[in-house]
Amino acid sequence: MLKVIDLTRVYRQGAAAHLAIDNASFTVAEGELVTIVGPSGCGKSTLLRCIAGLMTPTSGQVVLNGNLVTQVPDRLAVVFQDYSRSLFPWLTVRENVALPLRRTQRKRHARNQAAESALAAVGLTDAAPRYPWQLSGGMQQRVAIARALACEPVLLLMDEPFGSVDAQTREDLEDLLLLMRAERGITTLLVTHDIDESVYTGDRVIVLTSSPGRIRAEITVDLPQPRDQISTKELRAFSHLRAEVSRLVRGQPAAPASQRADEHGSFGPSARPEPSGTVSPTPDTSPWTSTTPTAHS
Amino acid sequence: MSRDLKPFGSARVVRWAQGLAGIAAFLLAAESLGLVIPQTVLPRASTVLVQVVRLAGNTRFLADAGATLEAWAAGMLLTVLVAVPAGLVLGSLPGVRFATRALTEFLRPVPAVSLILLVTLLLGSGLRMTVTLIVYGGSWPVLYNTIAGLDGVDPVALQTMRAFGFGRLAVIRHVSLPSSAPFIATGIRIASSIALILDIGAGYLTGRLNGPGIGAFIADVSSGTGDVPLILAATVWVGFLGLALNALLLQAERRLLPWHRASLGSAHERVPLPAAAAGAA
Amino acid sequence: MMTRLALSAGRRLRWTQHWLVLAAAVGLWQLWAQQRNSPYFPPPSVILPQMRQLWFSGPADHLFLTPDATSNIVPSLIRVLLGLGISIAVAVPLGIALGRSPAVTGFLDPLLQFARSIPVVTAAPLFIALFRIGTQMEVATIVAGTIWPLLLNTIDGASSLDPIKIETARAFRLSRWHRLTRLIIPSALPKIFTGLRLSLSLSLILMVFSELVGSTNGIGYEMSSASSEFNLPVFWAVLVLLGILGYLLNAVLYAVERLALRWHGAASQRAY
Repeated sequence: MLKVIDLTRVYRQGAAAHLAIDNASFTVAEGELVTIVGPSGCGKSTLLRCIAGLMTPTSGQVVLNGNLVTQVPDRLAVVFQDYSRSLFPWLTVRENVALPLRRTQRKRHARNQAAESALAAVGLTDAAPRYPWQLSGGMQQRVAIARALACEPVLLLMDEPFGSVDAQTREDLEDLLLLMRAERGITTLLVTHDIDESVYTGDRVIVLTSSPGRIRAEITVDLPQPRDQISTKELRAFSHLRAEVSRLVRGQPAAPASQRADEHGSFGPSARPEPSGTVSPTPDTSPWTSTTPTAHS
Repeated sequence: MSRDLKPFGSARVVRWAQGLAGIAAFLLAAESLGLVIPQTVLPRASTVLVQVVRLAGNTRFLADAGATLEAWAAGMLLTVLVAVPAGLVLGSLPGVRFATRALTEFLRPVPAVSLILLVTLLLGSGLRMTVTLIVYGGSWPVLYNTIAGLDGVDPVALQTMRAFGFGRLAVIRHVSLPSSAPFIATGIRIASSIALILDIGAGYLTGRLNGPGIGAFIADVSSGTGDVPLILAATVWVGFLGLALNALLLQAERRLLPWHRASLGSAHERVPLPAAAAGAA
Repeated sequence: MMTRLALSAGRRLRWTQHWLVLAAAVGLWQLWAQQRNSPYFPPPSVILPQMRQLWFSGPADHLFLTPDATSNIVPSLIRVLLGLGISIAVAVPLGIALGRSPAVTGFLDPLLQFARSIPVVTAAPLFIALFRIGTQMEVATIVAGTIWPLLLNTIDGASSLDPIKIETARAFRLSRWHRLTRLIIPSALPKIFTGLRLSLSLSLILMVFSELVGSTNGIGYEMSSASSEFNLPVFWAVLVLLGILGYLLNAVLYAVERLALRWHGAASQRAY
């Protein structure tokens, strides 16, 4: 459904040139929740913005449902990290959620209904007439999520959406996201620096190296659904996945294949093959087209 | 959307070039407009420019400009000597500070230009009248800003000084004054704009009777049908004067208060409008 | 909300205190002027009746306004409002357009800075020479003086938009119209109001001055004729009226600003 092909993005030119993303390629299937994780400054946000059409890549392509992305595509929704600046303070919560609908829906009544049902889905029915600054941080981010849901997007992009809230709220919001995905099946791409979050929420985790941003590995998360903050994180499989992602993020060698195969169906064949004990070199693009047995573009 | 980062030096050159290009474009547009519109409605830009240059050699204009500057300088000096200490004193006594601010709320809306005639009646004409007017008009923004500056002084700093046994006067000298200095400086620049307005306004209103001054010059030039290009030329010079005086005060500010420039932006250094005292000072 | 009530109660208290200070000041003035007995500084006991006689002793169906009031105060107010109205109508759209095109503004910046540093009263002689005395000249003078703070502040407001909001607008593909009305204008409104406050004060200055030098009616004209007739009570009556009018106009603007920007102060207060 979403194909990213050899995406490269360079800032500035000449001597001061900065390679933010280097030949990133991956696909996302319909209804999948893919998380992108990496250290700070590794170009995650740049990657997301290129996919969203907010930025033009220096080379490479983004293909959404068979169409090349050259500007912001239709039926795309984005949730930013800084909710206090992304929501418009001069609009009420309801008006904020309904705002993107103005382009497609002329009737105010229909827009308000869609807004209110989105707010109900995130549990904020009472907040509709209030202003964003009257709500707590977690609630504001819920409003941003409701705004994204109200558009009924085909692709939902989230740029470190839970980075500015406290741990408790973050867990609630992660579960909210999973619930939304289960109910509506929206294809989602979540960028995060939180490794736990990437494993907990994702169907697949894409690990990015830092400067330049390259895809180091893709890991299928074979944990049972529905996920639970306590019981899922208690599983052995979770901690091994978590550890694996950690190693990859830190640039350490991956665990040897024998150890990986021991655990209960946790890894599968999707982690990139690497000789143990060495830092993985930049892989070729060819193994990328088939990441999991069930994936299709 | 990658943008090349230009090094600092060439960015300034670009800005200067842009500005000059803008001025040139404006003059060109004005000139071409003047070709279409009759001279009685709008004089040609070239005519005005010629007058601007000629004024620089006009002895009477230069004398008038000198007189205006003299009144400005005297008025500003007196204003600072009167209003800053008054502000420091009034602002340090809490009850009085409140009363003063309340009063300025009511007195500020009265335009100082409306007092020109009163002062003329009281003091006749001449330098004394103009300077009195300037001191009245300029004292309000300086007073208001001094008090506002004192309001912004860090109470912890004050308490620290007091704890060390410093008396009221010493506290003012070492903490309150330096801390409020940027606000006072802005107030002074506002007062400068007001001073120029009052000087030229009073000069224009009372004419040569009041002695030399750019206002009187404009009044002379306006008599009869009025020489519009010359009036415009004098206005242009007055604009330069305003810019120059503001720049002068800014330089003084930078010399005396070198530390605060980093915290305030470039908007701080723009020529303040006289009414700025009424709004966001 | 509790804090909202507490805030307005505090504000009302301050407001009452302000009026008490004014009353005390007027009382002191009365005492001083009575004792001084100078023709140049009549006491309030002389000024206030003069005001009433001049303007507020008319027939009830005329709102108690005398013909003097309608032929002087009203035209002056009309000129102020007309001048401000024209300035707003020109400066705000232009300012927004310029604010959104930093390239053009870069070219115009020195010109704008120069224009704003010209002392505003010089507009009066210019327009007298161009238009002769009368309302046209006065409104032109008011517009010439008040347009700059509005224009410059609007440019400032329109050019300092939050980049995250712009990105949000792009991500959700807001139409140009909605971007203007729902993002750019509300964002720039606080700075526009700052410019409006400055322009209001300037408009009063210019109204008085242009009427002093080039008019046959109006508040400034009344002042001028009172001065030439050495009629100090009338002169002071006009002065006090000016203060009252200025205070009222500022209060109205303040109320409008609070209404339009009720989200602004509160939003910036929150720590988020």
